[in-house]
Amino acid sequence: MAANDNELWWASETFWKKTTIWTTAVMFLVLVGLTLDTMSQIQVGGKRVPAYSAINHRIDYKMDESRHAQVPVIGIEEPLFGKKLTEQEAEALVDHGKLTMHAKNCMDCHTILGNGAYYAPDLTKAWLDPYWGSRGVREELMVAFIKDPTDKIHNSLGRRMPNLGVTDTEAHAVVAYLKWMSTIDTNGFPNNFKPIDQEN
Amino acid sequence: MTALRALDSANLNGGQKLAVKYFTVALALLGVQITFGLLAAVQFVMPDFLFGVVDFSIKRMVHINAMIVWMVFGFIGSVYWMLEEEAGAPTVGLKLGNIIFYVFTAAVLVVVAVYLLVQTGPGEIETQWFITEGREYTEAPRWADIGIVVCLLTFFYNVAATFSKGKVTGIGGVLLLDLVALAGIYTLGMFYTTNLTMDQYWWWWVIHMWVEATWEVMVGCMMAYGLMKVLGTSRKIVTTWLYLEVFMMFGSGILGIGHHYFWIGTPQYWLSIGGFFSALEPLPLVAMVVHAVYDAGVHKSRNNNHPAMGWLIAHAFGNFFGAGVFGFIHTLPQINLYTHGTQWSASHGHFAFYGAYATIIIAFFYIALQKWRGDVWMSGNLFGGWKWKWSMVLLNVGMLGMIMGMLVAGFAQSQIERAIGGATWTAFFAAQEHPWFVQGMHWRLAFGTMFAAGYALLVWDLLTIGKRETRPVQSHDDAALEAK
Ligand code: HEC
Ligand code: HEM
Ligand code: HEM
Ligand SMILES: [Fe+2]
Repeated sequence: MAANDNELWWASETFWKKTTIWTTAVMFLVLVGLTLDTMSQIQVGGKRVPAYSAINHRIDYKMDESRHAQVPVIGIEEPLFGKKLTEQEAEALVDHGKLTMHAKNCMDCHTILGNGAYYAPDLTKAWLDPYWGSRGVREELMVAFIKDPTDKIHNSLGRRMPNLGVTDTEAHAVVAYLKWMSTIDTNGFPNNFKPIDQEN
Repeated sequence: MTALRALDSANLNGGQKLAVKYFTVALALLGVQITFGLLAAVQFVMPDFLFGVVDFSIKRMVHINAMIVWMVFGFIGSVYWMLEEEAGAPTVGLKLGNIIFYVFTAAVLVVVAVYLLVQTGPGEIETQWFITEGREYTEAPRWADIGIVVCLLTFFYNVAATFSKGKVTGIGGVLLLDLVALAGIYTLGMFYTTNLTMDQYWWWWVIHMWVEATWEVMVGCMMAYGLMKVLGTSRKIVTTWLYLEVFMMFGSGILGIGHHYFWIGTPQYWLSIGGFFSALEPLPLVAMVVHAVYDAGVHKSRNNNHPAMGWLIAHAFGNFFGAGVFGFIHTLPQINLYTHGTQWSASHGHFAFYGAYATIIIAFFYIALQKWRGDVWMSGNLFGGWKWKWSMVLLNVGMLGMIMGMLVAGFAQSQIERAIGGATWTAFFAAQEHPWFVQGMHWRLAFGTMFAAGYALLVWDLLTIGKRETRPVQSHDDAALEAK
């Protein structure tokens, strides 16, 4: 331990140096182990992060009593824009949507899974937001809004979303991405969210 | 009439000449950060302000990217500042270091110009390579990522080569390992995937591991050096403390990353692991306060550079309160469920980045200026000493006011939008429209203006401090004697 016998161990430089190196190494290895496990659990198509083709189905967000948290529920077949996609087509569409959200920097106004900026609503469950009215009009309203939101104001502050030059194709892809995003199991975040009525 | 003291680079060693270049750009970019922060804050109060011209997202992106870059410049500058003294050898690769400095600065200008003039691109991968990556903090396009890593590696080479020519002190050893980790971690965020959960998992490795691990260790090294310089604390004491701090920092902070893995699709065990280890993260920050205050006490606060000492103490407390206390209050999952992604995060983010990092870099500006002016007196009755004091008051009070404004807004938001409203679109605006929230945003703007005034005074002070001083720097022995 201490190089010098007169020195108290807890005041010794070498003692703390060794402790630091060992602790860092152990913590790092534990993190690597947890990361490997997490990687296996968050593959697309698994339980936590569903396959892209989930957009062919109705998505809901319901209380799971055993977990004491709301969880996404993939329900009956209900294809997006009325067109059922193969796994590859769904992936391509969702991917295009995600690329668009990077390219327009949506995350520097909105939060996504709660991360990002705090100027505009969280988009984690935007697909399920009751403000869209009803299941019948939602898809087209979302596309229209994302393409040109400037004259569609929904709050008394006058805070508007700008026109970001999102094309029609991109807007459809973004909606697919948002729908897919709502299927991710986020351990109950957001809590107490009341989804849009999709029964009729 | 005595001649004015000039800023003379003959007073500096090779590494220090390069350091002051980095410091100059850092200070200028802090100005850019503040400008865009104010513009963004105005838009919370006047939504049509610059709407469709420079949208909120663009202002915010410039605001936080300017911050990352000025702090990285501040760190690089600080390392070059200490390097020769620590290693006991002249800096290796200064020519390369200078080239990298100009390339880095030019690249930053290009990135910002593209942000402001091009702003967004089509939804294709090329946009991420040349315009923006569109991920918070790491918005810089991919080419710039690669550039940053190259710059950091060249910098690392210079530092490592200098230490290996001279001697590797305890501080030096910690610094070297830290720089490797810093550059390595950054590369983990440099990929694209459709899988959002995977994307955010690795993105947090970059963000969290930078600010709560490698940057904290960096400032631990800077503090160790600063206390030796300013107070005359012994090397053995600062080195032992440094190890202790790094031990606690990595011991808690590495698994503490789990506090970002509660709600992004990652497994449930992160709730316990992240909650537990991140709750320990304030411990090293307590240790740092104890260390700084104890050392200052031992030396009866007598020191040869009052502004630097003031900012070092501000750093110790700012780090503890901003990162430690304000981090702790929302780090348990039971609370974070309601505060995640609200003004709480913004309040903590400002307090932590300012308290932990802005402060200590400013302390280094003062340490540098003292020597640059030819080891000038910076103790009591400093000529024009009101300037550093008032700028410090305006900056600290301005920041605290902004933080409180955001925290109050955050309280309202977590209750109204989250707990009651369940985070829907309507609930979001129910909170944003609430008078408590609106008032918070006004306070942020008012105190932000005060902060900006403090910055202006800081710049003025840095340009002039010591100019009309005739006394040379006070020696540690004299300072100690005076204390008796
Ligand atoms: C400059 C800031 C800004 C940017 C950038 C931005 N938004 Fe918005 N967004 C807003 C604001 C403000 C609102 C609220 C508008 C209202 O209430 O009328 C909003 C509302 C929305 C909504 C409805 C809210 C909800 O909860 O469902 C969606 C969906 C949306 N935005 C998607 C996007 C997408 C997709 C992008 C990127 C392509 C984007 N936004 C980029 C500011 C922005
Ligand atoms: C100097 C060190 C630190 C800095 C600079 C810092 C900065 C930040 C910033 C900027 C964010 C917001 C991230 C975003 O934009 O989404 C954040 C989030 C967070 N920080 Fe820190 N932080 C520090 C230390 C800590 C510590 C020590 C703790 C815990 C004890 C902590 C707890 C958290 C938590 C829980 C979040 C997530 C907030 C959310 O869910 O929205 N931080 N931090
Ligand atoms: C005049 C002073 C400043 C003003 C008015 C200001 C304003 C703002 C605003 C409006 C945002 C966007 C928040 C949102 O998304 O809703 C922001 C974000 C941020 N600012 Fe500032 N800012 C100022 C100074 C600073 C300083 C000095 C620092 C750090 C040293 C800082 C660090 C940050 C960080 C880290 C974020 C991102 C926070 C997060 O995502 O949680 N700001 N600021
Ligand atoms: Fe963190």
